[in-house]
Amino acid sequence: MFALLDISISVINLIVPAFIRTDRLNALVLLVVFSAIVIYFIRRATRGDKLYIRPLAGLQAVEEAVGRATEMGKPVLFIPGTGDIDEIQTIAGLSILGLVSHVTARYDTPLRVPVLYPMPMAAAQEVVRESYIDEGKADRVTPEMVQYIAGESFSYSARVGGMMRREKPAANIFMGSFRAESLLIAEVGQSTGAIQISGTAEPEQLPFFIAACDYTLIGEELYAASAYLSKEPKMMGSLKGQDLFKVLLLAVLVLGVLAVTFNIYPDFVTELFTAN
Amino acid sequence: MDTFWTQPFVYYFLPAFFTLAVYSFLFKDNPWFKLAEHIFAGLSAGYYAGLIFHSVIKQQMFVPMVSSGRYDLVIPGVLGFLLFMRFFPKGRWLTRIPLAFVIGTTAGIMFLQQLHGLVLPQIKSTLLPLNDFGNIVIVVGVLTTLVYFYFSKPHTGVLGGVAKVGIWFIMIAFGAHFGYTVMARVSLLIGRMQFIFVDWLRLVS
Repeated sequence: MFALLDISISVINLIVPAFIRTDRLNALVLLVVFSAIVIYFIRRATRGDKLYIRPLAGLQAVEEAVGRATEMGKPVLFIPGTGDIDEIQTIAGLSILGLVSHVTARYDTPLRVPVLYPMPMAAAQEVVRESYIDEGKADRVTPEMVQYIAGESFSYSARVGGMMRREKPAANIFMGSFRAESLLIAEVGQSTGAIQISGTAEPEQLPFFIAACDYTLIGEELYAASAYLSKEPKMMGSLKGQDLFKVLLLAVLVLGVLAVTFNIYPDFVTELFTAN
Repeated sequence: MDTFWTQPFVYYFLPAFFTLAVYSFLFKDNPWFKLAEHIFAGLSAGYYAGLIFHSVIKQQMFVPMVSSGRYDLVIPGVLGFLLFMRFFPKGRWLTRIPLAFVIGTTAGIMFLQQLHGLVLPQIKSTLLPLNDFGNIVIVVGVLTTLVYFYFSKPHTGVLGGVAKVGIWFIMIAFGAHFGYTVMARVSLLIGRMQFIFVDWLRLVS
């Protein structure tokens, strides 16, 4: 029996290091736990279980903002961030663009989407086109809706600022990754009297959005936004899975801090969470 | 050596003119700002196109293919080419292939990057003994901020109270960021003013 166990351990020791970096096992465990939780909640959501998400003020304002633009006969300006497509925030921004463009298509509200890079432009064009087709208004899609502006952020800000002053959109929605141009854009939008809703996970830019916008989605609220707006089972399940993972992290943190405080294997506990 | 680009008109007058044209937007939208805006956007779009052609298409694709026989680079080349299919109504659907590839790869890579580069180091940095005021602030700040980003229950009762502490921590951090960035912007303004008053007008030595 023990010989068999010994052989098994030897085989594992031989095979595992060849395929897995054992110094990164902690990341693998977190990855597996996180994925399992998310898959479980996605299954529950697709089965039809009702999953609750607390209301986020900024998101409830999106439809109200588009409605206001429709009443005023003015466009909605949507910026899916100023990052390239290889940023997860841009993907979240494009996902929200899909939901906003559904609403603009439904109400026949003009939509303007100025973009900084070519790849998000291609993705944004597809997203907007899909939404208009879903609403049975494919003929309303125009090339001016999604517009490539420039590959440099300050010239982009100058152009978007000019657009805001001249076209005076009734609602400006900024969702995605932003850098130094955040205040330049949001401040001009604020001076035109538009209702402004923003969301980003860039801590350096969030203070400016909070100062210049009516509603701001902070950090992870940006990722929760698409799930909240669409109520799509996969997104809802994923969000619920992330929430449970946060609870587990909280428990781990509390136990870890107690262990370190009361000197119960402190080195072992900190080593468990060392990123190699 | 004097060249066209070092002539005073090009080196001082044009940048000063565009600086003032852009600042004129503070007063109101005007033709000078529009001129600067269009030249600025057009120049950067053109520059970006040239930059991508030379640094990506030429240097990272054609040169390795021709000089080192890296024919596997045809795959990203074809994926990039498929993006242009949106100009042909019948082949428009092909555009989705490179987009799906890029978005899927990004999500996968970022997932691990965030877990390994952000979550683990953040957990480790929070595991501090509660024997020091600074450590207590860090631990309480991280825990309450995490609670603020919990979406599955309404923020009422005890959970609401803890989340409120979390949002206070977040706002204090934002205040610090705000001040830091405003200082950086003021230094940019000082740089522009120095250019106008010292380099161009020479009013200040």
